[in-house]
Amino acid sequence: MTAVARRARGATSGAGRLAAALLSPTFVVLGLVVGYPLVAALRESVFREGTDLDESGFVVEGSRFVGVDNYTAIFAGESAVRFWNAFGNTTLFTVITVALEVVIGVAMALVMHHAIRWRGIVRASILVPWAVPTAVSALLWRWIFQADGVANSIIGQQILWTTEGWQAKFAVILADVWKTAPFVGLLVLAGLQIIPNDVYEAARVDGASPWRQFWRITLPLVKPALLVAVLFRVLDALRMFDLPFVLIGSRKESVETLSMVAFDEASSLRFGPAAAYATILFVYVAVTALVFVRLLGADVIGAARERARK
Amino acid sequence: MTATHAKATLPRKVLTFAGLGLILLYCLAPFYWMAVSAFRRPSDQFELTALPAPFSLDNLTAVFSPGVGFGRSLLNSLVVAGTTTVLTLIIGVSAAYALARLHFRFKNAVAALIIATSMFPGISLLVPLLALFTDIGWINTYQSMIVPSLSFALPLAVWNLTAFFRQMPEELEQAAMIDGCTRGQAFRKVILPLAAPGIFTTAIITFIAAWNEFIIALSMVNDSTMQTATVAISRFTGAYGFDQPFGTQMAAGVIVTVPLVVVVLLFQRRIIAGLTAGGVK
Amino acid sequence: MGVRTTVSRATAALGVAVLLASCGSGGDGGGGEQPGGALEGRGEVTFATGKDTSGNMQKLVDEWNSSHPNEQVRIIELPESADAQRQQMVQNAQVKSDAYTILNLDVVWTAEFAANRWVVELPADTVDAGKFLEPAVKTAKYRDKLYAAPVYSDGGLLYYRKDLLDAAGLQPPKTWAELTAACQAVKATQPAIGCYAGQFEKYEGLTVNFDEAVHSAGGDVVDASGKPVVDSPEAKAGLDALVTGFQQGVIPQKAITYKEEEGRRAFQAGELLFHRQWPYQWNLAGKTDGSSQVAGKFDVAPLPGLNGPGSSTLGGHNFAISAFGKNKATALDFIKFFTSEPSQRSNLLATSQAPTLASLYDDAELIKQFPYLPTLKESILSAKPRPQAVRYGDVTQAIQEAAYAALTGAKPSDVALKDLQAKLQELLK
Repeated sequence: MTAVARRARGATSGAGRLAAALLSPTFVVLGLVVGYPLVAALRESVFREGTDLDESGFVVEGSRFVGVDNYTAIFAGESAVRFWNAFGNTTLFTVITVALEVVIGVAMALVMHHAIRWRGIVRASILVPWAVPTAVSALLWRWIFQADGVANSIIGQQILWTTEGWQAKFAVILADVWKTAPFVGLLVLAGLQIIPNDVYEAARVDGASPWRQFWRITLPLVKPALLVAVLFRVLDALRMFDLPFVLIGSRKESVETLSMVAFDEASSLRFGPAAAYATILFVYVAVTALVFVRLLGADVIGAARERARK
Repeated sequence: MTATHAKATLPRKVLTFAGLGLILLYCLAPFYWMAVSAFRRPSDQFELTALPAPFSLDNLTAVFSPGVGFGRSLLNSLVVAGTTTVLTLIIGVSAAYALARLHFRFKNAVAALIIATSMFPGISLLVPLLALFTDIGWINTYQSMIVPSLSFALPLAVWNLTAFFRQMPEELEQAAMIDGCTRGQAFRKVILPLAAPGIFTTAIITFIAAWNEFIIALSMVNDSTMQTATVAISRFTGAYGFDQPFGTQMAAGVIVTVPLVVVVLLFQRRIIAGLTAGGVK
Repeated sequence: MGVRTTVSRATAALGVAVLLASCGSGGDGGGGEQPGGALEGRGEVTFATGKDTSGNMQKLVDEWNSSHPNEQVRIIELPESADAQRQQMVQNAQVKSDAYTILNLDVVWTAEFAANRWVVELPADTVDAGKFLEPAVKTAKYRDKLYAAPVYSDGGLLYYRKDLLDAAGLQPPKTWAELTAACQAVKATQPAIGCYAGQFEKYEGLTVNFDEAVHSAGGDVVDASGKPVVDSPEAKAGLDALVTGFQQGVIPQKAITYKEEEGRRAFQAGELLFHRQWPYQWNLAGKTDGSSQVAGKFDVAPLPGLNGPGSSTLGGHNFAISAFGKNKATALDFIKFFTSEPSQRSNLLATSQAPTLASLYDDAELIKQFPYLPTLKESILSAKPRPQAVRYGDVTQAIQEAAYAALTGAKPSDVALKDLQAKLQELLK
């Protein structure tokens, strides 16, 4: 195929320029809103605000350069306990919520895809949890899970959901899955919709069972959409903040996530350490994403290159 | 043949309906509770009865009481979320096209860089962003809410659209180009319609995320005529001290959720129908 | 061509951003005015505040605006939650924004805002010390200098079920022992009722209740010179009163999840005999629209203590002027207007928030409408402030940590207090 070969060779000049043109708006926006604050935060993380008071009781202004002290301090003494606890919570929440969301989300997508008559209503209902503003849904769940709330009235017991313990973790997971499983469902549904029908026809003629069809045809074909959904869910879940904060409260060991620690440090005016926590979380998220992409092959871009090489 | 077909579909139908029921219950039960709370009288806000008795519109009227300016807030939310969605699609589609179809160096690095921007905890970006927007005079403007929402939505949009575009067979485009279409025309007339479900889903997700954005809108805007609906909800207060206006907040939650769902439904039919009509099916 | 300009524009934008970054954090000391300097400038100002619950704030602002056409005040409503209000104010101070001129501060934020030079010192005559409640004025000071004007005060009250105590032939309790005894007497006929609750969820309310318990047992969290003294036997007696309350069921288990509103609902549902609460509950619990089962059946008394009357933790709000705001002279005038007798009276009538002017508590007409005023005045005058600390956020978190651990049984009370003492020594040194 000379055309392919030609294109592969000419790729860098013409296509490169076009690519730059097409990508630059994205980078301008991301650079302004994320890039700059990110650089500012990284810079912040190697400084420490003064907390000393001068003779008349004023905080001595100005921050001083402390190198990696903010980072090392996180792994020493009491902060280390808090850090690893938050790290554990963050990881636990991410693994469990994303796993549940994938199962429920895929089920939702399949049901939506197969339902003909009620598809409109079902799809609307599935949108509902995702569409409720997070702040309002956290309040709603707080009310559901309070001591005299409807959750306890349904199970006929008095569980104090918002106190420390496994039940607080459970409440957070339940509320988070409720809210975000539809996100996975929607993305997977879109993936299902572009699978041509004749693929199934062929499988049916071959006598493949529905179960087999799902594993052999559906799953591989929605994989790209599903992996993007899961990848972004993982990124979001690792940065989980609002829900445990509003539903259970700040400074509760059982549900404190890394984002919450970073926020808490910043609101105590320790901006340097807060930025260090944020940076560590950033690294954790990046490493997770990298491992994810390598292991599961969520290599949305790389596959194109492969195909071009073929 | 037809007999076995019917046999196979009956349990399948039952299964589908059972699945439908379960999903509806799961998604709607908490929302039902929200709606019920919204339609209770403020005086029996915390009853546990399954239906509001007596039914009351007090909370709804409280949401739209003149001092609150909730109507204006809804409009602001619409402007912010609508603009964000349109811009995200335009910018995201072009970036995704480049990643899916063009061959250039550092492609993986570019894709990685884009997704990396959604790895930093959002709350830690707030203060630097406030400093920046204060310096460039963006406080109390729509763009101070649109641009951050845009940047939060873009990584997902780009990655998702790229995944969709890549699934479209390249041969289709090549055939169109042989027929005399330019690259742009081929893309617009062949790929876009086929990728409609992906584009539409991206639009929904972006719109809802922007519609629900809170902390940026709260920090960048202090003029109540510019505030969005989520910020307005956070400012609802009870009549006294610590009195939390739970019912009003739930009513407002219903108000911001339901139209969203309805509009998405309507648009969905139109858009998908429109796009596929122009396609090569 | 087109590509290149876009790209170069992009890099230009990024370059500007980076420049701004270095300016923003390097140029410290440029924006703030020196505290103590003259408050100058007249013109439009903004007023950042939490809740305007009754619309009366807007009414007062309108009144001011109509007589000051060139010095208009605009209300900026912040979110309902106190933490979110503080976060917004701190953020704006950090970037030295002039968005907020007048700040409505919780009494515990004064030291932090003053020491960081986020608010300016006010002339001493802004507040007439003879007319204002002394404890309220103290909360507006940092190192003996005035940084704010007290607008609202607040003190805890013991709400009790007058109908049930009367039926048992009892007076409202003055000590914790009397409270427990009264509860047992009432339980003879009302076995389902809970005895006592306050605010025990892990948040600022727990600090308030812990401090009250310690003070009411004769202890102190910090002494007069600001040194922590929380590992005393008195402090332990105070904390133990709450701990044993939970253990023995005098305080219902679920009260560990109570903030103000959860407790109020329980009291209004008739689930509690005694409830430690702020004055705002009076109007709500007295409503006869069906929302309260206890309307007309309750009254208030001063908080009980270990060996006699207890002492409340002081609450309330003060108005301060942001160091970065413009038109500070107007701001000061507006604050004086807002703290004047007519304004405070109208505020009390509209919101039932406790005023800071002593005379209003003795006003017969007002007492007729708010029968709890004399009790409240007593409560405020004997109230103790929470520790005045620049790093108050850390102090209150340490207190909450210790109290919550003791109440939930995670730590014995003496260990919790010892740990707290060590923490506070570090924070307050």
